[in-house]
Amino acid sequence: MTLDPGNLDDRLQMMRDNMAMMTKAVPWAKELGFQVTRIEKGRVWGLQPYDEKLVGNPDTGVIHGGVITTLLDNLSGMSCATAMKDFRFVATLDLRIDYMRPADKGRDIIGEAECYHITRSVCFCRAWAYHESRDKVIATAAGAFAINKPRPTDRPESIA
Amino acid sequence: MTIDDTATQPDRAAQVEAFLKRTPFAATLGMQCEIRGDEMTAILPFQKKLIGNFTIQALHGGAISSFLELTAVAHVFLVSGLEHPPKPINVTVDYLRQGRAQDLYARATVNKLGRRMSSVRVEAWQDERSKPVAALHAHFLVTNGES
Repeated sequence: MTLDPGNLDDRLQMMRDNMAMMTKAVPWAKELGFQVTRIEKGRVWGLQPYDEKLVGNPDTGVIHGGVITTLLDNLSGMSCATAMKDFRFVATLDLRIDYMRPADKGRDIIGEAECYHITRSVCFCRAWAYHESRDKVIATAAGAFAINKPRPTDRPESIA
Repeated sequence: MTIDDTATQPDRAAQVEAFLKRTPFAATLGMQCEIRGDEMTAILPFQKKLIGNFTIQALHGGAISSFLELTAVAHVFLVSGLEHPPKPINVTVDYLRQGRAQDLYARATVNKLGRRMSSVRVEAWQDERSKPVAALHAHFLVTNGES
């Protein structure tokens, strides 16, 4: 049986099967070293391991906000693909990050993104970064993603 | 002392450069800066690892926003009398055009430098300054002691 990315359930299965590839194929995501860990309809989870080279404040050893931005931006974009009925590429229009508390030095960061509304041309997402649970967030994000029109070159295998 | 009107002495520029030099994430990005008095241009030389989409050879939005946020931090640090770099409260990034596989430049404008908060805008461009790739708006905590 072949999976059809135009079908949402099939697409979710394809994304789950290719979870490791999804960040390895993106150089900047690979550089930061984060992984996608869980995919549900409209929701995606990821993990950003702690790494000295990502420290934004040498005095405290805390990971730079830009790393969290990248994680939440990427996961939000992926959450759109798990929510749209048809498969389309999306591009970030804007993203707002609120920093609630600094991340703990030496600890991995969990990211969670949700695509909660879709119109004909825009997906709306929110996302969270935390160590343990959403009860104690490091940062929250809200973003709008433009849905690209289908291109003739959008072949099914390009989803991976 | 929080704000120093006579900031941006030559040693201030050296302090900002030293901060970027000893910040691991700035090195990971490969970010550089050129400071002339109270003006600073940040430069992000192109590297393959900054790419977000191979097929269309575009810079990753996260790399662009990281660069813009560091530019904002460095600029507020430059024009303030802060002992430590300012702490971000929130950051909004508008992605205006695709960042192509080439160098990216950025400049910041401080809208307000208050006693506790600072509002900053940053624009990034490639070939033409009038065609920005991305724009960032951020608020920072600019107190020296505890928040």
